[in-house]
Amino acid sequence: MSFWNWEWVGTHLDLIGEKLGEHLWLTLLAVGFGLVVSFPLAILAHRRARTYPAITWVTGLLYTIPSLALFALLVPFTGLSTLTAEIGLVSYTLLILIRNAVTGLGGTPEDVKEAARAMGYSERGVLWRVELPLALPVIVAGIRIATVTTIGLVTVTALIGKGGLGALMLGGFRRLYPQIAILVGVALSVALAVAADRVLLWAQRALTPWARRTRSVTAT
Amino acid sequence: MGDTMISLRHVAKRFPGTRTPAVRDLSLDVDRGETVVLVGPSGCGKTTTMKMINRLIEPTSGTIEVDGTDVMAQDPVRLRRGMGYVIQSIGLMPHRTVAQNIATVPRLEGWDDARIDRRVRELAATLRLDEELLDRYPAELSGGQRQRVGVARALAVDPPVMLMDEPFAAVDPIVRAVLQDQFLDIQRRLRKTIVFVTHDIDEAIKMADRIAILNLGGVLEQHAPPEEILREPANAFVEEFVGAERGLKRLALIKVSEIDVDEGPVVSPEDDAEKARALIRDGGFGWVSVLEDGELLGWVDEAMLEGKARVSDATPRRFSAYVTAEDSLRQALDSIVTSRTNVAVVVTEGQRYRGILTLERVSREIVS
Ligand SMILES: Nc1ncnc2c1ncn2[C@@H]1O[C@H](COP(=O)(O)OP(=O)(O)O)[C@@H](O)[C@H]1O
Ligand SMILES: [Mg+2]
Repeated sequence: MSFWNWEWVGTHLDLIGEKLGEHLWLTLLAVGFGLVVSFPLAILAHRRARTYPAITWVTGLLYTIPSLALFALLVPFTGLSTLTAEIGLVSYTLLILIRNAVTGLGGTPEDVKEAARAMGYSERGVLWRVELPLALPVIVAGIRIATVTTIGLVTVTALIGKGGLGALMLGGFRRLYPQIAILVGVALSVALAVAADRVLLWAQRALTPWARRTRSVTAT
Repeated sequence: MGDTMISLRHVAKRFPGTRTPAVRDLSLDVDRGETVVLVGPSGCGKTTTMKMINRLIEPTSGTIEVDGTDVMAQDPVRLRRGMGYVIQSIGLMPHRTVAQNIATVPRLEGWDDARIDRRVRELAATLRLDEELLDRYPAELSGGQRQRVGVARALAVDPPVMLMDEPFAAVDPIVRAVLQDQFLDIQRRLRKTIVFVTHDIDEAIKMADRIAILNLGGVLEQHAPPEEILREPANAFVEEFVGAERGLKRLALIKVSEIDVDEGPVVSPEDDAEKARALIRDGGFGWVSVLEDGELLGWVDEAMLEGKARVSDATPRRFSAYVTAEDSLRQALDSIVTSRTNVAVVVTEGQRYRGILTLERVSREIVS
């Protein structure tokens, strides 16, 4: 039988769709929890600059552990579960998400903050109404990188029985499925990454119209 | 007027980790409705002093009262909403449109949309901002337009006090002069209590009711109206800071109406040409003004009267330039040195003749 086994693909669309859905779900969970965990840490690092080195040290360490090793370490505690997969995936998003959020929050020009205070904004108002909206482009840029990275990493979780499209690839290697399953898995995960990136970029533009509209300036 | 709106008593500020205090011991009063300009060399503590008034910086010692209440006893957020604030870099919010920027404080104060909209349009008109600019973002404006938005934002809830730190320093000199004039015009109507910071003595002279000249460490060297500072600098520091052309700068502050003008040589059209010739010879000018019932027709000289019996037989030449009672002595001086007749002719509305100003007369004001 040739490599181009389209018949298998045609008769297994349900399986492929299910794996694609799982892949998307694992990614959304990971980025979602990543945001939930990273946001308070980013605010803390922004407010108390002295905490930032410790936060980057821990998240940086998590980021450098090879993903296979991390999953192997977790399995004795949390088993071959979605929880194991998500702990790993979330860990890898933290460094990128925190770093971008802290950079974004710190990017507000000093004069804008001073003027906001002088207008009678409280410290909390300055954070939520001024620094956060202005940081959005950089924060969303971080979410885009984290999302694309996570979509790649999800495939690795096939080794602990999850993996979304990664399960198709692994099945292909193990001759559980015909080899074309590998190609389908790779192609769809690349397509998913590109699509997610586009959607987030579009969302960022929609949220921050001011960041684009910088027309040439006319005289006074 | 005359009652104190802002009062600083023995105010000092020492920043942590610095050896010398930014402000050592400053006492200063600003009257209600008055513009006091803090001026002095870079680093002398002008900005620090201004920011202590709205507590962006808290004094190390001393007291600051605004409208009779110690600022340290007030909630800083409430205190600041009652003070307009304009800085050189403006600090407009890049993510908000011009209209939203102007509406910043009204929104914080919970005004309803209709009232905010009305106020924004009113301010746009006051500051001559095109309504089509209201939907733009700050990055889409010119420097001058941004400054106007900054001033509009500061005026939004009509606060009694305005703090302005080199508000017009970032724009080119032509736009700056326009903004200064417009702001003076606005201030004449609104009568805010203003603390205005600049390092430019000419801007200080132009904008101030009183100037406070500061030396390093916030040392108050002189606090007086511009005219007095130019006439009687309190010490060598002030004299040097005020700089060259002190006399000329002072002339710019004195109006023609404030001094006596010379009558000058005058004839009427009915007079004999002979009388006019005598005045021309003896008056020392080489010409004589022709007045008909107080209205200035122009001037005639001996050549124009040649062979004429009466002044009315000659056609008087118009003066190329006049000054009015509202003009400054500096404008009069300019008129003197550029006119062929070497005098400035002073007229009122409708060409009514008041007299003439000569170089000698104006010079007397420089030295007095
Ligand atoms: N936040 C600060 N920390 C330490 N020193 C400061 C701070 N702000 C101002 N200074 C110092 O205080 C002095 C007065 O500064 P400033 O009020 O900004 O002067 P000016 O506005 O007259 O140029 C300067 O020597 C300046 O370096
Ligand atoms: Mg300054």
